[in-house]
Amino acid sequence: MNNQEQKASKRLTCIVCPMSCVGEVEIADNQIVRMVGFTCKRGQEYAKNEVTAPKRVLTTTIRISKGVLPLLPVVSQTPLPKEKIIECARCLANITVKAPVREGDAVYKDILGLGVDMIASRDIEAVGK
Amino acid sequence: MSSLKFDVAVIGGGPAGLAAALSARTAGAKDVLVIERDRELGGILQQCIHNGFGLHRFHEELTGPTYSGRFIRQVKADAGITVWEDTLVLEVRNDKTIWAINPQQGLIGITAKAVVFAMGCRERTRGAIRIPGLRPAGIFTAGAAQRMVNMEGYITGKKIVVLGSGDIGLIMARRMTLEGAKVQAVVELLPYSNGLTRNVVQCLEDFGIPLHLSHTVSFIHGKDKITGVTVAAVDQDRNIIPGTEFELDCDCLLLSVGLIPENELSRGIVDLDGLTSGPTVNQYRQTSYDGFFAAGNVVHVHDLVDFVSEEGDIAGKFAALYAQGKLPTATNVVAVKAGQGIRTVVPQRISWPDSSGKVRLFMRAQEPAVRVKLKIAAGEDVLVERQLPIARPGEMIVVDVPFDKIPDCTQEISVTLQAVQGGGLRE
Amino acid sequence: MSAESTDVVIIGGGIVGSAIARELSRYQLAVILLEAETDVAMGTSKANSAILHAGFDAKPGTWKGKLNVRGNHLYHQLWQDLSLDVDWMGSLVVAKDDAEQATIEELLARGNQNGVPNLEILSADQLLEREPNLATDVTGALWAPSAGVVCPFGAVFGFIENAIRNGVTLLRECPVQGIVIDNGRVVGVVTPHGVIRARFIINAAGIQADAVARMAGDNSFTIHPRKGEYILFDKTVRQLVNTVIFPTPSKVSKGILVSPTVHGNLFIGPDAEDVADKDDVSTTAAGMERVINGARRIVPQLPLAAAITEFSGLRAASGDGDFILRESETAKGLIHAAGIQSPGFTAAPAIAEVIADILREAGLALIEKAEFNPVNPPRRVFREMSWQERAEIVARDPLFGRVICRCETVTEGEIVATIHSPCGAVTVDGVKRRTRAGTGRCQGGFCGPRVTAIISRELGIPVTAVRKDGIHSFLFSDKLPGVCEVSTDEQP
Repeated sequence: MNNQEQKASKRLTCIVCPMSCVGEVEIADNQIVRMVGFTCKRGQEYAKNEVTAPKRVLTTTIRISKGVLPLLPVVSQTPLPKEKIIECARCLANITVKAPVREGDAVYKDILGLGVDMIASRDIEAVGK
Repeated sequence: MSSLKFDVAVIGGGPAGLAAALSARTAGAKDVLVIERDRELGGILQQCIHNGFGLHRFHEELTGPTYSGRFIRQVKADAGITVWEDTLVLEVRNDKTIWAINPQQGLIGITAKAVVFAMGCRERTRGAIRIPGLRPAGIFTAGAAQRMVNMEGYITGKKIVVLGSGDIGLIMARRMTLEGAKVQAVVELLPYSNGLTRNVVQCLEDFGIPLHLSHTVSFIHGKDKITGVTVAAVDQDRNIIPGTEFELDCDCLLLSVGLIPENELSRGIVDLDGLTSGPTVNQYRQTSYDGFFAAGNVVHVHDLVDFVSEEGDIAGKFAALYAQGKLPTATNVVAVKAGQGIRTVVPQRISWPDSSGKVRLFMRAQEPAVRVKLKIAAGEDVLVERQLPIARPGEMIVVDVPFDKIPDCTQEISVTLQAVQGGGLRE
Repeated sequence: MSAESTDVVIIGGGIVGSAIARELSRYQLAVILLEAETDVAMGTSKANSAILHAGFDAKPGTWKGKLNVRGNHLYHQLWQDLSLDVDWMGSLVVAKDDAEQATIEELLARGNQNGVPNLEILSADQLLEREPNLATDVTGALWAPSAGVVCPFGAVFGFIENAIRNGVTLLRECPVQGIVIDNGRVVGVVTPHGVIRARFIINAAGIQADAVARMAGDNSFTIHPRKGEYILFDKTVRQLVNTVIFPTPSKVSKGILVSPTVHGNLFIGPDAEDVADKDDVSTTAAGMERVINGARRIVPQLPLAAAITEFSGLRAASGDGDFILRESETAKGLIHAAGIQSPGFTAAPAIAEVIADILREAGLALIEKAEFNPVNPPRRVFREMSWQERAEIVARDPLFGRVICRCETVTEGEIVATIHSPCGAVTVDGVKRRTRAGTGRCQGGFCGPRVTAIISRELGIPVTAVRKDGIHSFLFSDKLPGVCEVSTDEQP
């Protein structure tokens, strides 16, 4: 592999503020070598993270048995690696927990071994309570 | 049939109604009633399982259910607040009697000293925008699909086209993707998305979902079940450009084509603003009819729930003061008008005397623009002038005007948005 | 294969088939009505102008000329018996110049000849006093007080329910696949559930009536689908007009009208376009534009922002333009009730009388049944109840205290009742057409999922088996593990 192939440039829209700056980040050998278009410090920080280790909070639902509702909304305690989001959602589609659940309960621990718990984002009472 | 009396009756138990009920209690209302048509409090937030709510109010990013949960717990803990769930208001009369019904209590008539309208908004439908084609199964408003997917446990399709790129449309594009559906495209009539950039990036770009700006769905195919749509480009006047049509297969079309304040109960009692489709209000969120207040998306469609709650705080407080006879009668009223560059402004009038110290104006821009000057003026008298780096119709412009700056006169106040040097329309 | 046997099979559960079923239920006969779709009233009967015409349009001497006035007269008796929603609001034909003025004078003369009661020509001033939102260049109008508006599917349900109560069997999702002929006479129909043997077969198949005739080797007529598009408006603009307003008719069509509906909405339409495809009930941009422009000729200020839905229907036009009411010449025992275009809805009960006469002449003995009950029990419509009645019904049945459709104030009690009625609703649109749940400004956005859940519960079928309208119109899929799996390679 030569240097040419390891060099890549990525266009990004900043989401830090409503200005929505569109900038470009150039990477060579996994290092940011050039960054243009981001007009503030926070934007530059965002772009750096987006290029090196983009992360997203995952919100989805899991099944809940014996609850007053059939689904429990959950949120990842901290952002997850962006490339793992779909896989995490797929994993959670197979999970069922039992009511009652309290908001804030860690209903599924250490998803895909990523060290992040999934947290119930509301209370769901058990049927008949 | 029972007959009951309350200081303040709040119609709607979503974010506006919950905040109004709590704030009415804080302001001294002895008994407050919240009437909710759904099986539980919380409104549409209960199906908005994504996060991003509450940055202004709680300085953290919460999911919809978590945000509403904070209010619900307080409301349920307050013995001075009566909550009727699964209850529909059939009629509100201008003497502040309310007729409601539910399976447990039957038909219930109540009278209140003050009423707060907090019914939120509803989604525009296919019919309202007249999409041609057949009428198969598989066409849903984004919100209806969101409820099925997030609360009831069913999906509305596996191959999706979304029409409209407001936040609900974008959020649902991601949601359906996470549920295993293939989202073919998001189609937007305007040359820009009305959604937050964050949602364009995290809901579409993250998953490689194409966004077709200046396009629309020109035909719906499928006899019993939708089989696809024709998409076409539109010109500046939003007319279809012949020859640009292309087909997208789908088994579900989600519509996110606008929200309309739900004023069926208030229509006929209070004056409505033709542009916001909600009641005209003053800084207390008092409507044109004595003792009726309104807050949240029933007044005008907000971008952030934080502001909905804030409006609920205001309406609840002043409804409580009104109920206690502590809200002085207005001695002077001045109209606030949307001028050049501004589509809507709330409140639409300011009343004297004021007891809030400042008036917070909520405005929506006509068009997206960069480097603009917002001017709030009474004739030649400029009250507030502010340079904004960017104005987007999808994001509310919020400006506080110190009350002592507002001249107590009969002249109307106008709000304008004009480009400054180097600025102008932006797509 | 079962070999059910009956006196009469009626093919088609539209207004005509249902009215015939109800008419025949007076007699000591075994009658089966076959409907191909999930429900009755799913063809032309569900998408038309829903006007009970006075009867001045049709040429004297034609079936249309005879049966329109007779049908209108019969509805004046039937609507209360069958518990139909009808508003006898009258109709106006509006003229805008001398030529049109001459035409309405002709219509007056024709109407008098047809026996239409109480027709009257109004001056422009009289007209504008009644209808202040009309175009100001009107010159006069023909006033027909005997016209009315009806709930079109409600009328079909009224007829068929009464027929069922009087012994008729309704089979839905039962398309006719063939007609069995023996020695030049029909002896039965082939369906997916087997052959049903019958002495007489009534062809009331609407837009498909020619196809049914061909199954019996009868090529004597063809039906051309002629599409008409409509736009329906919210109740907030109902007061735009007070009666049914027609333009002066052209040779081919009554024109694009502006009319209140019986439920307090407003509609405009239809245009008229010959189409090739009998399934083409699409709305089109061009059609909607025609409808809007046509309606603007009558009412210039149209509240387009208050539009809540658009739809189109196919008229079953025959070659010569009149109804085809006769026994087949090639297949004895097959009676056609075909080519029923406007004013077919109005004429339907009169058509049913004619068909009974034809059957009698063809040798079927029509002996009246003593137990025939012409009356349907009144429907319990929460929206129309007094406060006292509402309080009472909720006290008896708590489900009437849960409002499912907020726009139209339809309760769970009504929805459950309609599912379990004779010819009960089995689809979401079936519930909608019977109760109005989902017909309002939010178009089922709020109540659709709730109605689905109620149908699932009451019929004991999974939510995923609940359909919107047509046979394959399933609404939801299960969100089960595995079902919702994604192939990650599709993702970037």
